[in-house]
Amino acid sequence: MNFEWLGRQFDNIVFLLGWHVLLAVIPLVLGLLIALPLGWLAHRNRRIYPVLVGVAGLLYTVPSLALFVLLPLVLGTKILDPLNIVAALTIYTVALLVRVVADALDSVPEDTVQAAKAMGYRGYQSLLKVELPVGVPVISAGLRVAAVSNVSLVSVAALLGIPQLGSLFTQGFQLRFFTPIIAGIVLCVVLAMILDGLIILLNRWLTPWTPKVVAS
Amino acid sequence: MIKFENVTKAYPDGTVAVDGLNLEAPTGKLTILVGPSGCGKTTSLRMINRLIEPTSGTIYLDDQPTSGMDAALLRRRIGYVIQHAGLFPHRTIVDNVATMPVLLGESRQKARMKALELIERVGLPASFAKRYPWQLSGGQQQRVGVARALASDPAFMLMDEPFSAVDPVVRSQLQDEFLRLQREIGKTIIMVTHDIDEALKLGDQVAVMRVGGKLAQMASPSELLTSPADEFVADFVGRDRGYRSLGFTTAAGTVTVHEEAVVQLGASAAEAQAKSAGAWVLVIDGNRKPLGWAQPELVTGEVRREHLNLSGTSASSTGTMRQLLDAALSSPSRRGVVVNEYSELVGTVTASDVVKAIEAEPHLETAR
Repeated sequence: MNFEWLGRQFDNIVFLLGWHVLLAVIPLVLGLLIALPLGWLAHRNRRIYPVLVGVAGLLYTVPSLALFVLLPLVLGTKILDPLNIVAALTIYTVALLVRVVADALDSVPEDTVQAAKAMGYRGYQSLLKVELPVGVPVISAGLRVAAVSNVSLVSVAALLGIPQLGSLFTQGFQLRFFTPIIAGIVLCVVLAMILDGLIILLNRWLTPWTPKVVAS
Repeated sequence: MIKFENVTKAYPDGTVAVDGLNLEAPTGKLTILVGPSGCGKTTSLRMINRLIEPTSGTIYLDDQPTSGMDAALLRRRIGYVIQHAGLFPHRTIVDNVATMPVLLGESRQKARMKALELIERVGLPASFAKRYPWQLSGGQQQRVGVARALASDPAFMLMDEPFSAVDPVVRSQLQDEFLRLQREIGKTIIMVTHDIDEALKLGDQVAVMRVGGKLAQMASPSELLTSPADEFVADFVGRDRGYRSLGFTTAAGTVTVHEEAVVQLGASAAEAQAKSAGAWVLVIDGNRKPLGWAQPELVTGEVRREHLNLSGTSASSTGTMRQLLDAALSSPSRRGVVVNEYSELVGTVTASDVVKAIEAEPHLETAR
């Protein structure tokens, strides 16, 4: 471990970390926003569910590097455009979350949904005020998986030369120098843990109503 | 008033859930739909607030056909209680109860004030207001369900097996309290149950439905017991209908009540021996409240609680023939204890006195 090198590279590492956060978090938010209506559709229509969930699963199996390279052809962007990464990771996030959102809505007790309808909630009111809030714990569990997955997938983009923590890996390999590799791994893990913790806190804040686990 | 006019629900696969139902639930009364599973009672209930749309026929709410109304607005006029309460798990009890007023445009603060009142009215402490549904027992949740249905003070209420998911003791308690509440609020209610005893206990009128969604008989509870329309109704109403129909006959004045010699708790064995007519003597407390029966020959020293036999039930002097007969039959001395409204001893009755009074009546008259 060469701490002197780390000191010299500090500014650069912070710069890479900033990019890493952006490239992981923006697709997470976009993916959730897109997965909400799709998941609702899958939840509402039993025939669409296997199709959407199947396609989503298939998308997730496409290797990320292939997607990073293919997307410029589809989007008409330059190969080095960070937008490719955002688009690719959004696709992965959607692929993970469509099923999660559908299952979250399925998890709302039938009695609760029926009561909402019988009280006179219209379809969209019931969705926004009852079903989605009650589904939050399931959605945030899925979101945690997607967040961690995004943090690790972003680093692959280093092979395309897009700056983020993955760049430390390529740099280390080229120089046969382990310090940047170790720094990259540590920062990735810490970042994943921080995102995970933030989602846990957000979930706790949104669901004061869930049974607390009592240690007996 | 809620009125069904020739209402039929048939599904595409040919099953007919409800077949040409004609029924009227009068204003301010509790009408019960009862029948075996598959008789279409729940389907009928859900067609009223259009959770299910009828295939043909019309349902009227105070003479307005529901078919032309906006379904959500229609539902906001009708309180709805379901089996497992169906509370919103993410809202506090007070916010659950305030649901409909808020939906109808009332301010959250005003709705909460009203909700707090209702929470106490259905027998829950106000301290429950800030709790979440999972922190309440099934019976407590069901009370919240009733409060929620009442919160917008709707003229109509639909109840789908509201008391069937709780244990028998709690159920009977909830039923009694609900009857008391309904006497105060006088809503037009249609309730569905599969439990004939519940139907007979709660209903002002009871509609018995048979499999295939047809109405078998619509009558008052006592009429169902004493003159069932056909074999199906007779069977469904059950075996001890003769005995149970006594529950609808008041005894006031028609049964001879005898004076009973009593001793107070703490009386000497000698006094108990002297007072007793036969093997048993009735023991009371300082407020003339009957405590139980004692056998003087087994008492040593003074009459204490452990000497008491507690098997006897007591009947109110304004109660039903069924209560009186049960009091006589369950008493170890075969003399049934009769008390007044303050639980003070009035006297005792024998089973033959009660039977004599029953036989003296030309035909059972209703208690309602």
